[in-house]
Amino acid sequence: MDNNIAKRLQSLRERHTYLTDIFAGKHQNGVDMLGKKLTAFSTLVGSCEDQYAELATVEDLFAYVEHRLEKTLEPMDRVRIVRHPQRVCLRDILENVYDNFTEVGGQDEHSLDPSMLIARAVIIRHSGKKTYTQSVMVIGQEKGHGVEYRNGGSAKPWGNAKALQYMNVAETEGIPIHAYIFTPGSYPIEDYPGAAQQIARNLYHMAGLSVPVVAVISEGGSGGAEAIGLADRRLMLSHGYYSVISPEGAAAIEGRSKSGERATPELIEYCAANLKIQAEDNLQFGYIDRIVQEPALGARPWHFNFFRYLRQEVIRATDEVVISTRKMPILRGLALARHRNPENNLDNLHIRWGLSVAAKTRLVHRRQQKFLRLSRQAAHDKRPFLTKTAVAFLDWISTPWVTFKYDFYHKHQRQISTLMEEINNELDILKNRIFAPWHKLTRRLPNRADNKAKELTALSSWKGDTRSHNWNYISPRYKIDRAITCPNSKSYGCLDLWGPDLFAEFAGVCSHCGYHFPMEPEWYVKNIFDAGSVFEFNSEIEAGNPLDFPDFSERVAQAREKTGAKSGCMTFKARIDNTKIIVAMLMGTFRAGSVGAAEGFKFVEAAAKAAKKRYPFLAYVHGTAGIRIQEGTHGVIQMPRCTVAVRRYIEAGGLYMVLYDTNSFAGPVASFLGCSPYQFAVRSSNIGFAGPGVIRETTGMDIPPKYHRSYRALSRGHIQGIWDRRQIRANLKQALLTIGGRNLYYR
Amino acid sequence: MLNISKLLDEIKAFPYREITVVAPHSGKIAFAEIEIGDHVHGPLGRWKEMPGTKLGMLERERNPKPICAPEKGEIGRVCKELDGHFVDAGTPLVILRHMLTSDEVQRIILQKALYLFLAPERAKYYFTPEADKKIRASDTHSVTVRNGMELFIMSRMKREVTLNYTGPDGVIYEVYFKYNENLETGTPLVGICPQDHLHVIQDMIMRVQTEWIEA
Repeated sequence: MDNNIAKRLQSLRERHTYLTDIFAGKHQNGVDMLGKKLTAFSTLVGSCEDQYAELATVEDLFAYVEHRLEKTLEPMDRVRIVRHPQRVCLRDILENVYDNFTEVGGQDEHSLDPSMLIARAVIIRHSGKKTYTQSVMVIGQEKGHGVEYRNGGSAKPWGNAKALQYMNVAETEGIPIHAYIFTPGSYPIEDYPGAAQQIARNLYHMAGLSVPVVAVISEGGSGGAEAIGLADRRLMLSHGYYSVISPEGAAAIEGRSKSGERATPELIEYCAANLKIQAEDNLQFGYIDRIVQEPALGARPWHFNFFRYLRQEVIRATDEVVISTRKMPILRGLALARHRNPENNLDNLHIRWGLSVAAKTRLVHRRQQKFLRLSRQAAHDKRPFLTKTAVAFLDWISTPWVTFKYDFYHKHQRQISTLMEEINNELDILKNRIFAPWHKLTRRLPNRADNKAKELTALSSWKGDTRSHNWNYISPRYKIDRAITCPNSKSYGCLDLWGPDLFAEFAGVCSHCGYHFPMEPEWYVKNIFDAGSVFEFNSEIEAGNPLDFPDFSERVAQAREKTGAKSGCMTFKARIDNTKIIVAMLMGTFRAGSVGAAEGFKFVEAAAKAAKKRYPFLAYVHGTAGIRIQEGTHGVIQMPRCTVAVRRYIEAGGLYMVLYDTNSFAGPVASFLGCSPYQFAVRSSNIGFAGPGVIRETTGMDIPPKYHRSYRALSRGHIQGIWDRRQIRANLKQALLTIGGRNLYYR
Repeated sequence: MLNISKLLDEIKAFPYREITVVAPHSGKIAFAEIEIGDHVHGPLGRWKEMPGTKLGMLERERNPKPICAPEKGEIGRVCKELDGHFVDAGTPLVILRHMLTSDEVQRIILQKALYLFLAPERAKYYFTPEADKKIRASDTHSVTVRNGMELFIMSRMKREVTLNYTGPDGVIYEVYFKYNENLETGTPLVGICPQDHLHVIQDMIMRVQTEWIEA
């Protein structure tokens, strides 16, 4: 057989396998017909008169059927497309979209994490007779070209750390970053630096990167995608998916499958369809900026036209980001219009990608504003129109007053008080010298000596004793008329605890081993902060069902009824020993503390309020199971969004602290909670990225009991300390006095 | 000399160990649906994190606590007459028959056939360099011990003292400790067998391995 024919025949066989795989039994007639035609041609190829004409007919037939089947694609088919081994992967893109590249940070299997591929690539452009070479840092997950060590594109924590390292290199060198997202999710292990912790670090840094970042999403699986996805422009391949969780994971949760059980294919299809994971859905929500159209049934490495098109799109996106930082609106508009014209070949248009200092500031500001605006429509703001107007008006008029108070008056007040302190110090020294002879005489008086001796020999100070503490609020569970066994009783031999003692006087703490039983969110609100100082705001923002996920509205309504709260996040202003503080509390009692659009809305507002008022900001995590999967990308977008809000708050000179209690997992820990420089945990809490069941399912590893205990998080440096529940108030007071925030109102 | 055949026959006649599950504290007992002859399992999982088969619930002060099988075996007796009654701590509730595995049979026979030299106090134990060299070079059977010989180094709280072997002369058949591990007082360190008994014991091990059928 002619070599050329054999090659094309092989290509057709691969296309047939591809069709069989991605439709998984659907459209069997069409696929079988192609198979028969192919077999018939293969057997008769030697006897054909005109082999090339016959082959062209079969190829045309393939193209026709592929185009016809393209229109029938369902969400789950797209998931199978992006996971197919024939799908384009990052190395194909590097070879075909860029003019040259050098892999950095490891090569193939000899890499810290082969699933994270980083390369310095160049794009050559022309303007007239001149040639310009523009460098970019390409960062992305690689699934193919060494499937055995790529780990399916699931980057390990150190892979994400490597990505961050080279983002910083790109920032130093002033070159744009192109991030290609090809991941089903991050590898959920807690080895240093910890999956959640590293993603949070990446997000925090990307929120302030001063170089253009363009992300291209093919398979955007939740946390793994967000680790490199906080970008100025987000493009999405038309056959890709971007989702909070894999459809299989969602089906396992929806079907309440036990560990090891597989959800039915129908349920998986149902979840894929209802999660709105396709490019069109995400474009409509505003979470991506543009769709990059792929050939019928998805791009494969032999679609060279697709690579040409992708090249134009990434150049266009990068140019647009750079142009949008220009100060002059007219020039900016003209340049943008020219670049948005699809007729223009951007290889022949040159835009310098380097940015001035002022342009860098504008770039970061625009990126942050972009993310802060997202998903607000997905939360139900039930405040009456008049209330909303009044709040906006008060906000508007209070801004100049706050600026005057803190930026002008307090600044000068500080200088005056510093001067006064210095004068007082000098006066004290002078006073001591003058009264020194008198002190010498009085020191020897008998009464004085007794006091001194008592002071030096006493073991305890009985002043301000708080041991007989009366709690402001007692858990309603104290009426429980039974004994309770401590979970540690087998290891520590704890005796049974009497319920009324445990939940009232003992504050839910085992008196033998110190195990902390979970308490209600109200316990913290009423016992940690000054009595009567708690003032809730934005309580009218309601968690809803933005994707119209079947039966979910009823479930949210049930949660509202059960808890009396309208969302899983309660934001309030409070005082601790008269120090005012803003608190965002994620309540584990409301849909397991999952974070959706409403919770994100309230969190961002709370951070903005804290920044404006110069108050410290505490995120108290009573419990969170992660992002609310039924809200799909409306939920997952809260990861970058809230991280941006937190970064803006910290950079404004605030003190952002996180306190974890009970169980804190997944998205929130891997973003706006995990990025805090000051994180603490209450004893017996669990912190991690994925629960034991998910780790077993995805990695096949059994994890030891107590794998997620806060002590492990402390050992690897994720949190800074572990507090006893009964000491939270005292520790918070101590923290407020000693750490953080140059612009806090009481500093 | 130990009669291996007789010992093996005795074990074969009674091929299980009886485990009595007693009430850990007082309370009202409610047995699970278990009958004599049922098979139960002990804690499972790599870290024994999954509890064994539930045998019953013991309730004290409205606090029901599961009582689980501590090992794999067959239920020999259930004290059903106590079902729903208040029992005191230590009352036998269930008797499990744990079928002996060939390893356990070997261990029982070896403990009877060998002279066990026990740890005199809680410490870490090592062989003296000479004995250690011999063991590493060939195997434990090559080390001949006699009464009063310096055989171990006992290490505790940065204090290292040599420990003399006391007991009948023979060769080391089995070593029961690992380096860098703290041993409790009375834990066997080595099993010593007289030189002329060595082949008998090896023969016995072979017989157990071939003849013992595990349940």
